[in-house]
Amino acid sequence: MTWVLSTTAAALCGALTVTLADAYDPAPPAGLVRWSADEKAVLASLSLKRLPAAPVDPSNAVERQPAAIELGRLLFEDKRLSRNGDVSCATCHDPAKQFQDGLPVSRGVGTGTRRSMPIVGAGHAVWLFWDGRKDSLWAQALGPLEDAVEHGTNRTRVAQRIALDHRGAYEAVFGALPRLDDLPGDASPKGNAVEQAAWSAIQPHRREAVSRVFANVGKAIAAYEKSLLHAPTRLDAYLEALLRGDRAAGGLLRANEARGLRLFIGKAQCVSCHNGPLFSDQQFHNTGVPPRDTTRPDRGRAAATAAVRSDEFNCLGPFSDAQPEQCQELRFMVTDDPALEGAFKTPGLRGVADRAPYMHAGQFATLEQVVRHYVAAPHAALGHSELTHRHDGAGPPKHAERAPIELSEAEIADLVSFLRTLSPVTSKAFEVD
Amino acid sequence: MNRYIVTALALAALATSGCMSPPKDLDLALTRPTVDGKYVVTLQPPAKPAAINQLHAWQMKLTTPAGTPVPSSRIRVDGGMPGHGHGLPTKPQVTRELPDGGYVIEGMKFSMTGWWEIKLAIEGPAGADRVTFNTVVAETGPGR
Repeated sequence: MTWVLSTTAAALCGALTVTLADAYDPAPPAGLVRWSADEKAVLASLSLKRLPAAPVDPSNAVERQPAAIELGRLLFEDKRLSRNGDVSCATCHDPAKQFQDGLPVSRGVGTGTRRSMPIVGAGHAVWLFWDGRKDSLWAQALGPLEDAVEHGTNRTRVAQRIALDHRGAYEAVFGALPRLDDLPGDASPKGNAVEQAAWSAIQPHRREAVSRVFANVGKAIAAYEKSLLHAPTRLDAYLEALLRGDRAAGGLLRANEARGLRLFIGKAQCVSCHNGPLFSDQQFHNTGVPPRDTTRPDRGRAAATAAVRSDEFNCLGPFSDAQPEQCQELRFMVTDDPALEGAFKTPGLRGVADRAPYMHAGQFATLEQVVRHYVAAPHAALGHSELTHRHDGAGPPKHAERAPIELSEAEIADLVSFLRTLSPVTSKAFEVD
Repeated sequence: MNRYIVTALALAALATSGCMSPPKDLDLALTRPTVDGKYVVTLQPPAKPAAINQLHAWQMKLTTPAGTPVPSSRIRVDGGMPGHGHGLPTKPQVTRELPDGGYVIEGMKFSMTGWWEIKLAIEGPAGADRVTFNTVVAETGPGR
């Protein structure tokens, strides 16, 4: 997927129709919409076959080691890494449910405020979590462990559990563990007052040793997560057949689904943000999704940039394996754009029909409600929505440059039908690298 | 790449982003005078096109209207997608100077196809001035 610069004058939509008039496939599959050559280029960009390998994370030196991947798999499912012994990563990221939990907000040892996100493909994301408050998969994996309502555990307890339960597997990847058995069982810079006091009482060099074990736990979990790959969907099968000119393509997508796909890449503007093989631009947008708690609207990305910059586990931190010059995303991070207020990361759409509810806090129960939200385009409770709408039919839309998303009832139904084609063709929701 | 293909790709990008119309006089020139005419700026994208969402660097050259190189100026980079109401996904910065009024802009990134603006605010010996460049990011599609 590359971009090119056009040095010729850009023409308008009206001209486009003329330009493409002769570009239609001379032998379209029977019973289906015809695709222009240019539409086919966009369709190709959505194909799973076009997804490159996830970029190497220079901050995690072990991410490709099989022993780290296997250790990560064990840690991912280990409930002992929680305060009550009942919560693992897999609790909210269930492998049988596309690594999410089907709940509006996740439940660990307590109840969270946002929806758990699926994990497959997360190695392609620059920023992790809905607000991007972490800059790597391994740093992300550490957050829930010390979060009071997720795993609810703390740094020394995690390190001591590794020494007790995973010493051999850990040391095979990361080398000898430091001595940990004489440290307080509950100490962390992130915990409650007692845990923080206990942490402060530990000598600095030993604190760093504990934090390094903790960071390595994240690196192993990230290695496992990065080994998970998307399984092809019905859409992928259709796209592959279509793009190689196979006339059998016509049988792989129903007419309403194909119409929905055309809307997705055109009039409905979905592909503006849900682009590429993962159906996400990996960026942050405010689309006016109503807050779950109207008394405390979620600031999203606007509140997260300071957190990721000061995170000791970021790319520039002491536990990163990267050279500082490799941490360009952090270096060139947007921090002062008003558009970050109330903005959340564009979620990928692979498998989306099988993981309701939707949005960052499960605000919508069905895909139809999601589509209707983009048509309604309400004003944002916090910040400003990027969407445009001719509210109450009064005057032109506020952002005249952007067309409102106006869909008929039949088009809404077609679009939802299309979104169901993004589910895997087999019962397996993912594959292991 | 054939110029007509490039144009068609650019059009496709616009069309598939919801058929948003850029201004009729959209100027894609890579050399432009600043708004108040104090400087002339030439932008140079990388020789090898970067992938969507891939960080990359551009170069720029700053001169007086008469063509004299202007070194040692302070340049801020901004921009976004006017048709989408959002800014750049990154905050690019001028990280070093080159001979003859050249500057390196690092941290450039485009997160999707379509019409983007690149805005430069310049503070140099002749004072402050600004300039906006338009660029259309399109996909080249293997299998076309």
